[in-house]
Amino acid sequence: MDVALIQRIAPFILEAALKTMQLAAASLAIGLAAAVALVAARMSRQAIWRGLSAAYVSVIRGTPLLVQLFLVFFGGPQLGLNLTPFQAGAITMGLNIGAYMSVGLHGAIIAVEHGQYEAARSLGFGRLDTMRLFILPQAAPLMLRTLGVNTVILTKGTALASTIGVVELTYSAQRFVTSTYKPFEVFAAAGIAYLIIILAIMLGIRGLESLFGTAERGRV
Amino acid sequence: MTSAAPMIRLRGIRKSYGSHEVLKGIDLDVDQGRIVSIIGPSGSGKSTLLRSVNMLEEISHGEIWLDGVQVNSALTGRAFETHINRIRQQMGMVFQQFNLFPHLTALENVSIAPMKLKGKSKAEAEALARTLLEKVGLADKGGAYPARLSGGQKQRVAIARALAMQPKAMLFDEATSALDPELVDEVNLVMKQLAAEQMTMIIVTHEMRFAAEVSDHVLFMDGGVVVEQGPPEQVLKAPTQERTRGFLRKHLAQ
Ligand SMILES: Nc1ncnc2c1ncn2[C@@H]1O[C@H](COP(=O)(O)OP(=O)(O)O)[C@@H](O)[C@H]1O
Ligand SMILES: [Mg+2]
Repeated sequence: MDVALIQRIAPFILEAALKTMQLAAASLAIGLAAAVALVAARMSRQAIWRGLSAAYVSVIRGTPLLVQLFLVFFGGPQLGLNLTPFQAGAITMGLNIGAYMSVGLHGAIIAVEHGQYEAARSLGFGRLDTMRLFILPQAAPLMLRTLGVNTVILTKGTALASTIGVVELTYSAQRFVTSTYKPFEVFAAAGIAYLIIILAIMLGIRGLESLFGTAERGRV
Repeated sequence: MTSAAPMIRLRGIRKSYGSHEVLKGIDLDVDQGRIVSIIGPSGSGKSTLLRSVNMLEEISHGEIWLDGVQVNSALTGRAFETHINRIRQQMGMVFQQFNLFPHLTALENVSIAPMKLKGKSKAEAEALARTLLEKVGLADKGGAYPARLSGGQKQRVAIARALAMQPKAMLFDEATSALDPELVDEVNLVMKQLAAEQMTMIIVTHEMRFAAEVSDHVLFMDGGVVVEQGPPEQVLKAPTQERTRGFLRKHLAQ
């Protein structure tokens, strides 16, 4: 075990970790937007929107993320879509995780008792008000949980972006291995960096949960 | 809005789930201030009929009127949404399972609709909510979340919540069926109080004694049709139909 080596590459690992976090953050922003749109479509009164949402989710879940990344990054230029590795990574992983998130968010919404919806509608609240004032506050704790789980999955998944040349943690680690021939130390350092990021995310989610957990005041 | 027209008028109401017809042509007039009870065996279509009145269930055929306005109007899309929301604001509904909003206090449960839908200020809506909670005997429970209330208390808050919109009529779907026996009376008492105040009500109930006490008119339903109807002393005490007699025999034997 070459501890000095780990110390030497630590600053570079840190820099790469920042890139990983940027990539995860950008993907998360795109993913959240996609998820909200997908849930809205899924709950639309128009069958066409519901169908499109379901089809999109099926395609995303039915194909490997790696293939999706290659398709966008390598296949994109054929369609005139020239993206930097970072852009291709963020967009693809965002659109990918958005599908998974939408399934979880929709599940959280329909887990709220139907009687809540009926009570609100019987008072004369419209669909949007009902969602905003009664359903979402009750779905929030479960939504937060599913968003947290998916954010963790997404962040670890950014390692795949190394395959299209995004200079993030895994990519940098691989480069250090070629120059140092010490794969154990290098990947251990990278692993620790991932672990710290993930733990920080989980801590953040825990904080949000205690903030929004107040919506869970017990069932009627 | 002629005063001669009934407050609630149902004409030829039919409703099917797939090929299963659960309401087979129901007519009913409820005049302002009148109380109609609907009784009948489980699965006879009582809830479906009641929920058709405010269109929580969409009917297949027929007409629904509230105070001279057609509830199931020919409007579509957004215009219909606006219309039905306005209609529902004039009809209170009370559910078997209470359906209080668990993330809101009793006071908020009652004040939120007048505040958000009628544009009342928070102070106004809360003052109204306090009056209503007092009316249902829960003046001291305003700050309590539903999880802290007994079934009887929850149902009384639910009634106050419906009353907060100052509805023209109230619909009750087995309001006491989910309650422990010792909590039934406190809810019945509130309903009787409303009856005394000339609230127009349709009450689906399995409590024959309560129906006899409170109603002006009783409907006995079976298999999606009204088998017999009339004043309670006739339908409940001297039914003319064998099916009504059989139902009452079984029900009173329990
Ligand atoms: N959502 C539904 N889908 C299919 N059938 C239903 C649905 N709701 C009610 N039914 C059927 O309609 C009939 C009447 O039900 P309901 O109105 O709840 O009866 P009641 O309130 O008199 O017990 C029953 O046969 C029931 O199974
Ligand atoms: Mg019923």
